[in-house]
Amino acid sequence: MEENGRRRNPLGLKLPRRTFIKGALLGLGSAALLPGQAGAAWEAFLQKNFREMSDAEVRAVIARLEKEAAGEWGKEIKIDASKAKPGVKFGYGLDLSRCIGCRKCVYACTEENNQSRTPQIHWITVLRFAKGEKWLDLENSEKYYNPKEVPEEGFFYLPVQCQQCENPPCVKVCPTKATWKEPDGIVVIDYNWCIGCRYCMAACPYGARRFNWARPGIKAEEINPDTHYLGNRPRYKGVVEKCTFCVQRTRAGKYPACVEVCPVGARKFGNLLDPESEIRYLIKNKRVFRLKEDLNTEPKFFYFFAT
Amino acid sequence: MIIVFLKALKRVFQGDVRYYAWVAFLLTVIGFGVSAYLRQADQGLIVTAMRDQVSWGFYIANFTFLVGVAAAAVLLVIPAYLYNFKPIKEIVLFGEMLAIAAVVMCILFVVIDMGQPLRVWHLLPLVGTMNFPSSLLVWDVIVLNGYLLINVLLVLYALARLAAGKEYKLALGLPLILLSIPWAISIHTVTAFLYNGLSARPFWNASILAPRFLASAFCSGPAIMLILLQVIRKLTRVEIDNRAIFKIAELVAYTMGINLFLLGAEVFKEFYSGSVHAAPLEYLYFGLHGKAQLVPWMWTALAFNVSAFFIFLIPRWRENLLLLNIGAILIFVGVYIEKGLGLIVPGFIPDALGEIYEYWPSATEGMIAAGIWALGALLYTIMIKFSVPIYTGELLKKPARG
Amino acid sequence: MKRLVFLIMAIMLHGIFLMASSSTAATDAQEMENGKHGDLPRFLVPSAASQENFPCSRCHNFRTADRTKRKLTAYHRNIELKHAEDQRWCYDCHEGDQLRLQNGKLVAFTESYVLCGQCHGTIYRDWKAGIHGKRSGEWDGDKLYRVCANCHDPHKPRFRAIEPKQPPMKPSDIKDR
Repeated sequence: MEENGRRRNPLGLKLPRRTFIKGALLGLGSAALLPGQAGAAWEAFLQKNFREMSDAEVRAVIARLEKEAAGEWGKEIKIDASKAKPGVKFGYGLDLSRCIGCRKCVYACTEENNQSRTPQIHWITVLRFAKGEKWLDLENSEKYYNPKEVPEEGFFYLPVQCQQCENPPCVKVCPTKATWKEPDGIVVIDYNWCIGCRYCMAACPYGARRFNWARPGIKAEEINPDTHYLGNRPRYKGVVEKCTFCVQRTRAGKYPACVEVCPVGARKFGNLLDPESEIRYLIKNKRVFRLKEDLNTEPKFFYFFAT
Repeated sequence: MIIVFLKALKRVFQGDVRYYAWVAFLLTVIGFGVSAYLRQADQGLIVTAMRDQVSWGFYIANFTFLVGVAAAAVLLVIPAYLYNFKPIKEIVLFGEMLAIAAVVMCILFVVIDMGQPLRVWHLLPLVGTMNFPSSLLVWDVIVLNGYLLINVLLVLYALARLAAGKEYKLALGLPLILLSIPWAISIHTVTAFLYNGLSARPFWNASILAPRFLASAFCSGPAIMLILLQVIRKLTRVEIDNRAIFKIAELVAYTMGINLFLLGAEVFKEFYSGSVHAAPLEYLYFGLHGKAQLVPWMWTALAFNVSAFFIFLIPRWRENLLLLNIGAILIFVGVYIEKGLGLIVPGFIPDALGEIYEYWPSATEGMIAAGIWALGALLYTIMIKFSVPIYTGELLKKPARG
Repeated sequence: MKRLVFLIMAIMLHGIFLMASSSTAATDAQEMENGKHGDLPRFLVPSAASQENFPCSRCHNFRTADRTKRKLTAYHRNIELKHAEDQRWCYDCHEGDQLRLQNGKLVAFTESYVLCGQCHGTIYRDWKAGIHGKRSGEWDGDKLYRVCANCHDPHKPRFRAIEPKQPPMKPSDIKDR
């Protein structure tokens, strides 16, 4: 042993050990920092997938989340967990002959749905296309248009948000079943189950999903306290989010925020299973199309021209 | 046998100045990587250059490249066992260890890319809600961990037999070895399918993707192996027949040839048909709407791959060790570019709504990635340091000194 | 006695039937007259007619109507007519405190949509079905409809261009701390 010790480089021997200890301490230290992102309580860590919870468990989880949110955001919020109404499948209509590209829908949505302001998250993207021979030339579309006034001569506007596909590619690829299609047709995300792998974002053909690259930054006074577990409750760093057809409003019979705010009435919404609804009327009487129909995702977001 | 293992373990902490310098260097890089990761864990993935438009980047690029390297260990296994080519049979062990290090790196790259890594248990069956068989990512988790297990078992079995002074017999190992061949092909096929199945990304939604993955894996993995084998031969008492090295080089020539052919096929299809789906390939090689960040890299990768192909194809050239090593490095760099950023980024450019966001990894991403590579290198170094004395049989002799 | 009861009952029944049929006839006639087809929205946000000038009869009862098409100089100068101004002018739609349809029938301001629907039939049809105009209220209950004049100035209906809200941030501008 001693002979080996003489041959060994003493400094070299000490260095790996010291570095090992340093690394171990760093590791432990980082373990102390990490709980910020996973929730302090052991409960939060062990929380089940929403679909596997009983009603009682859901209530308990919501109570805990409401308390957490009050501490985190400095505002009392209510989290609802209302289920889908039977006989309802939501559909959306967008009148391209009316949209003027004012982006009021984008900001009404961010306010209603507690989207992060810093870093900025918008669930709705409004694309501007030049009128002409080429239809929906996505490569030459413009998202960052900023004229003094809209609408601009020679252009039309096409807002895009989650299309709530009947055959959603995002649901197909999610490794943990953190996203699924509800019976009323809305594709939802359990923000406490999502592992943030972003496979769903790669799979979405409409660029509808957003990731919380950092902790959402919202001021307490801007927070909308009426939230739904699967919808607009305040989210976390490292999870995916997207339009949910304002599940907190639509399951209570109200229109989504974007529909209500549109100043020119370009947005329509209703129950596809109700033959008297306006969405069924427009599908029947106007020629509707959906984006990227060749992908067979069967979106429930119908574009049309009323005139 | 345990005694031999313990002696070998002691050997890991013994070495000359070069060894300590190497380990210290690796530990430093790992340290930088860890501190960069702490920053990422605190602030979130915003410290990377990834954004909604390009939501996978350098980490997944490295992951994809390394899955190929891991799968390529099998290229050594096939001639060794199926053709009983003795020169290679002896060195399969080092290939399997490379597979282990590569798979560990793959797992690390995926975990640090996750937004909520502590929730990784959600992926498990029974305790979590594993989306099997629908999600290809779940398949990837299963096959990668299975491949890790197979290779660890094979290495431990080989070392155990060597430590006992026996040749490793095929009898017990053969089923595992035979399993490892289709398994290795499957890990890379599953990874390819992960991208392939997304109709949202036309650059990936091409049938040629899985064959291209395999072809590029089977030239880049062995290329690394060639260099590593020469390093082992130089620094230890392991004898590696040049015939083994040249045989591997010959196989690399064929796989690179296939890789180039498949690239040509893709280029023809996109540019001749001329649909809008050619946009990502146009971005890579010619730039799109004035955005051309990756263009010089792709042409460099192409030049490297073509040169390497000829070096490995012509026997006189590949049997010149200097040219051989140059060729191996050229392939490593060429495939790293082509299959790394050159595969991931154009899947997102243009994005689903036609936007072009030119992604280039941030410094933090680079440091974390370097840290993981250093960790893989350290793991391989330790495995070699541990196994070589067992392999050469040094530890079996009773020590002459007290 | 029994015969008397039967007679009275028969007369009452007959009367009831007559009343019923006549009321349907009345509503049918009314529907045809007002140009209604199918269900009208139940919940209407009424538009306010111009407060300072309503009721029109306040002045117009004391004036003789000069129905020559001209540019007004004395009153109503603030109203710029840019709505089929070559074909129509004030008296083609207005008649005192009410609005006048093409066939001469008068409708109240609260039913101004009937007037608009004469020329804008396809939009009128869409509006009744709920796919024209701003949507609010409850999608499965009390939908709120607005009359045309609520959004469109009947004299100068073309919408002004408005300033758009801010464009989104570019991804390269979204930075960490």
